[in-house]
Amino acid sequence: MSIASERPTTIFRRPAAETGFWSWVTTVDHKRIGIMYGYTAFAFFLIGGTEAILIRLHLFKANSTLLTAAEYNSLFTTHALTMIFLVVMPMAAAFVNYLLPLLIGARDVAFPRMNALSYWIFLFGGIFLYSVIFFADVTPPTGVQGVPGNIDPSEQTTFGALPDGGWFMYQPNAGGDFTPGKALDFAALGIQILGLASLIASVNFIVTIFNLRAKGMKLLRMPVFVWMSLIVAFLLLFSLPIIAIALFMVTLDRQFGTMFFDVPAGGDVVLWQHLFWLFGHPEVYVLILPAMGIVSELIPVFSRKPLFGYAAIVFAGAGIAFLGFGVWAHHMFASAITPVAQAAFALSTMAIAVPTGVKIFNWLGTMWLGKIKFATPMLFAIGFVTMFIIGGLSGVTHAVVPSDWQQTDTYYIVGHFHYVLFGGAIFGLFGGLYYWFPKLTGRMMSERLGKAHFWIWMVGFNLTFAPMHWLGLQGMVRRTWQYAPETGLQPWNQAATVGSLIIVVGVLVFMYNWMVSKRRGKPAGMDPWDARTLEWSIPNPTPVHNFSRPPEVHALDAFWHMKYGEDEEGRPVRRPEADVLVAELDHIGTNPPEPVHLPNPSYFPIVAAAGLPTIAYGIVFHVSALGKGLILLGILITLTGLIGWATEPLEETHEAAVHV
Amino acid sequence: MMRAMASRPLRRLLRAAPLLLLGACSLIGIDGPMTSLEPQGPFSEQINDLFWPVFWTAVVVFVLVEGAIVAASFLFRDRPGRKEPKQVHGNTKLEVIWTAIPVIILASIAVPTVRGIFDLTECGSGAMPVEIYGHQWWFEYRYPENGAITGNVLVIPAGREVCATMTSEDVIHNYWVPALNGKRYLVPGHTTYLRLQADEPGEYWGQCGEFCGLSHSLMRARVVALPEAEFQSWLAKQLEPAAEPDEGSEAAAGLALFQQKGCIQCHTARPWNTVANQNFNGPDLTHLMERDVIAGAAFDNTPEDLKNWLANPPLEKPGSYMPNLGLTEQEIDSIIAWLETLK
Amino acid sequence: MTDLAHPPEMAHGHEEHESTGIDNRKLGMWIFLSSEFLFFGAMISNYILFSGREYAQGPIPAEVYDIPFTSVSSFVLLMSSLTMVLAHNAMSRNDQNATRTWLLATAMLGSVFLAGQVFEFTTFVVHDGMTLSTNPAASAFYMLTGFHGTHVAIGVLMLLFLRGISRRPGGLSDERHLNVELVGLYWHFVDIIWIVIFTVVYLLSASGVQ
Repeated sequence: MSIASERPTTIFRRPAAETGFWSWVTTVDHKRIGIMYGYTAFAFFLIGGTEAILIRLHLFKANSTLLTAAEYNSLFTTHALTMIFLVVMPMAAAFVNYLLPLLIGARDVAFPRMNALSYWIFLFGGIFLYSVIFFADVTPPTGVQGVPGNIDPSEQTTFGALPDGGWFMYQPNAGGDFTPGKALDFAALGIQILGLASLIASVNFIVTIFNLRAKGMKLLRMPVFVWMSLIVAFLLLFSLPIIAIALFMVTLDRQFGTMFFDVPAGGDVVLWQHLFWLFGHPEVYVLILPAMGIVSELIPVFSRKPLFGYAAIVFAGAGIAFLGFGVWAHHMFASAITPVAQAAFALSTMAIAVPTGVKIFNWLGTMWLGKIKFATPMLFAIGFVTMFIIGGLSGVTHAVVPSDWQQTDTYYIVGHFHYVLFGGAIFGLFGGLYYWFPKLTGRMMSERLGKAHFWIWMVGFNLTFAPMHWLGLQGMVRRTWQYAPETGLQPWNQAATVGSLIIVVGVLVFMYNWMVSKRRGKPAGMDPWDARTLEWSIPNPTPVHNFSRPPEVHALDAFWHMKYGEDEEGRPVRRPEADVLVAELDHIGTNPPEPVHLPNPSYFPIVAAAGLPTIAYGIVFHVSALGKGLILLGILITLTGLIGWATEPLEETHEAAVHV
Repeated sequence: MMRAMASRPLRRLLRAAPLLLLGACSLIGIDGPMTSLEPQGPFSEQINDLFWPVFWTAVVVFVLVEGAIVAASFLFRDRPGRKEPKQVHGNTKLEVIWTAIPVIILASIAVPTVRGIFDLTECGSGAMPVEIYGHQWWFEYRYPENGAITGNVLVIPAGREVCATMTSEDVIHNYWVPALNGKRYLVPGHTTYLRLQADEPGEYWGQCGEFCGLSHSLMRARVVALPEAEFQSWLAKQLEPAAEPDEGSEAAAGLALFQQKGCIQCHTARPWNTVANQNFNGPDLTHLMERDVIAGAAFDNTPEDLKNWLANPPLEKPGSYMPNLGLTEQEIDSIIAWLETLK
Repeated sequence: MTDLAHPPEMAHGHEEHESTGIDNRKLGMWIFLSSEFLFFGAMISNYILFSGREYAQGPIPAEVYDIPFTSVSSFVLLMSSLTMVLAHNAMSRNDQNATRTWLLATAMLGSVFLAGQVFEFTTFVVHDGMTLSTNPAASAFYMLTGFHGTHVAIGVLMLLFLRGISRRPGGLSDERHLNVELVGLYWHFVDIIWIVIFTVVYLLSASGVQ
């Protein structure tokens, strides 16, 4: 239940299994699901990061043979798939899950069990994708007349068997003829599964935002992070069906003999590019907007000023999302599209820079004349803004189509989007982790280690990715296993590799800080940052029922206005009763005066989710009887889960039987 | 807990680091053969003339905005005695201004961009036509004027525009010779066009830009621009067959191996093998020794590189359609002796 | 998709909240269906793109359509929307028996449509020699109509499920009566999509051939 039950007789009862393994498996609590999202995403961050480090170590030398070509191609493909679908998206989902109900004053999301379903589908999708390592081997391409290429035995390695067609899976290279074997089937179906998880989550978040806001929280009183979550959910809602179709076409082509991308039979490989980027570009905003939302929460708190131009930031976000569906072909300026299309997409791409600029200026406007406290979260937020500016400006040079013809498919692009996605998204997300850590644990992270982490990353990040712009301009193409020594690219590659190792140090500092602070960090109290939004009006760590009393909202930054009034100059003055109020909120928060009805744990989300990878394995091996059996079994498992779900008793009194 | 950081100058330096690095790179001037910053023809020149103003505009914006952030961080940091800030929610005038300024800047960039797109896409009249075909993992060139076919090295007349009509036989490739123009995909089932022109005679490096499978990184290209007269004689010579090796020489043995070992299934070498398979082939070898690179311009055309290549092509070039034929050292030497006669 | 069959766990409608006033599950269904529009939109675009081209190998779908037959099965599917409305009406009158009857009728009509599709596909493959692999237009046709058929099949399963639990205590109780409306929304959507498919994919492209 989102909110106190209609039935006054319901007693306040926590779910039966409150701790231990099964309590996590059956949980429908948005906070626990958020935490699971977060840890899973971080685990994949370490995997994707290791892949990146291997790539960088390999590129340390010209004509390097540290990795084989098959390994190199596999690693850059899985690095991208991992970082996009298994790190940034779920990490953002972790924040939305944990924070969305708290920020709008709700007890949970609209559909708690569907929320659990999203997580389990995501987890199983990720495991499915990586399980490819047990099933695939390196296979040479088949030429246009069915004559196979040849592979030296040295290419036959375990890592070489990961998906190797590029995350963009351009057809026909990633089709059955030129990349035979199972690896890309796992990738295509894995993304399909992950997409379903995102779709379900999007529906859930949209309904939650539309229907569960606290009294008085009009749309334009919602925190910016909530706005960005809403926009991202809509972006996913409208872009995921496109990629679902495109991936189904690939799977059908590779597995069932359709001809969509078979050129001799009349298929069209440019169609794949259109479909992929029609999803792929909105996806870029899916990755960056949550971080923008987080930064929009952090900067006002640490500048002690309201967000400058709140409405402008919100509408700029919506504008970016809207335009984001009209710029996809800027990924295809060198492809087979007409000059008229190139010109049109150049203009739309330039147009999207305007709302992006608006956001940056408004963040700057928020800091201006503020009283800026450089706590770790604020450092990361400023890091986000400064690095994102670089990524944004280099992005504008791609809108200049002729200029893009030189830069596309080079390391210039790699540099550009890492400034957006690492300097942007990852910095923003880590700022959020430092900021909301007390919300999770009731303790503070070490400021000293946090600041060390920030500066290590600033140095390492810029050392890694700034030289890439130069490498690109010097002619180093993307996805290149080897570069010739004569090209003079080696010194800058070495700088980048050193930088990437510095980033690793930062990650280790962060992990140490996290683990130590979780147990021994300074107790945070209720409002450690003197914050502005509702999630800090309840105790830390967040009580299982979130809000003991449904909050009421009279303005943006509701919690701030409970604590502060303004003098005649417009400067904040802490209300005399503020401390008492906070203490009272703290007390009520942990001791709800009325019984609170909570959603019940359920086994069925994980059961329903388990069927999907089973079906996917079946599709990969569908030619065999085992494969066909697995498809049936998967359907059966999912149906069982859903029927159990739909017939699960509604009332808590019936629930006892479900728990062990 | 939230004390301002002491190392502010360091931060300023770091913010400017990417810019400094770029500047340092240009100052050192270590442009390699693949640089896109030293145009050698009118088309890359035009791109360059577009890139730099945009780049410097971006630098100015960068300095102003990042400077403002650094200034804000310095001026408005929390220090003892600083009053609480006024709770300003926005300023419509300011917001309109900072929306309008990017619009104006972008509009001024948009005009030359659109002009550049059309300028660079449509081949001029009188341009010399060339056909470029992409293969995994090498480029094939055909000259429709006289039917000449070659691979790996594109020979063009200096000072004259070449209009390339491009497509691919297998997967998507991307033709890029940075000194002469930007990139363009070679898409199976589609035709694309690329204008190329080198002002001066010389050799220019290229590379396939689009990931095209296992040996993408080794799919490279060379363009050689010759003075007009030399080019014409080169073009005419391409139709001539190679010379027969002397009876009983090592080269003759090499030719015999070429014919026995299955090489002729993919490689043309006139006069012995004229019917190369149109869809599945390796480079035409008739005038191999005119080119200074082999195997998709990945290796030099030297006896050592040839030897390594013939010994185990899939090891040199992963995925290679040229198989490891298990040639003995002696056989390889013979084949190379014959290849060296293909002038 | 599978997010349909959940009970009204989030009893909505606390007036002290900012809300659209639409039940959570109904709103969720609308939002989900908006995504589904793009799912089918992408496949219909695919079909239009590929059906306008020439291929070395035929036949293309437009050459093998049996318009009279498909018109009949389309009519059957249209009628199922009518019975779905009747089921919903009966539910709002709290007439459980009539609800059960109309749910079953809807499922039956859906099944007849599916049987028609199976027959149609079989004819195309066996009689006309048009398989998944004949050409991209054929691939696009089978993909689109196949996914639509899958949606109909899922709809039929949900209808039978509703019919099945309706006799259990609390099966179509007040709390669950919204389920009929949700399945109805889904069913009408699938039906509307079919009208678009029948018009654009069958009628227009068949008239293009003649």
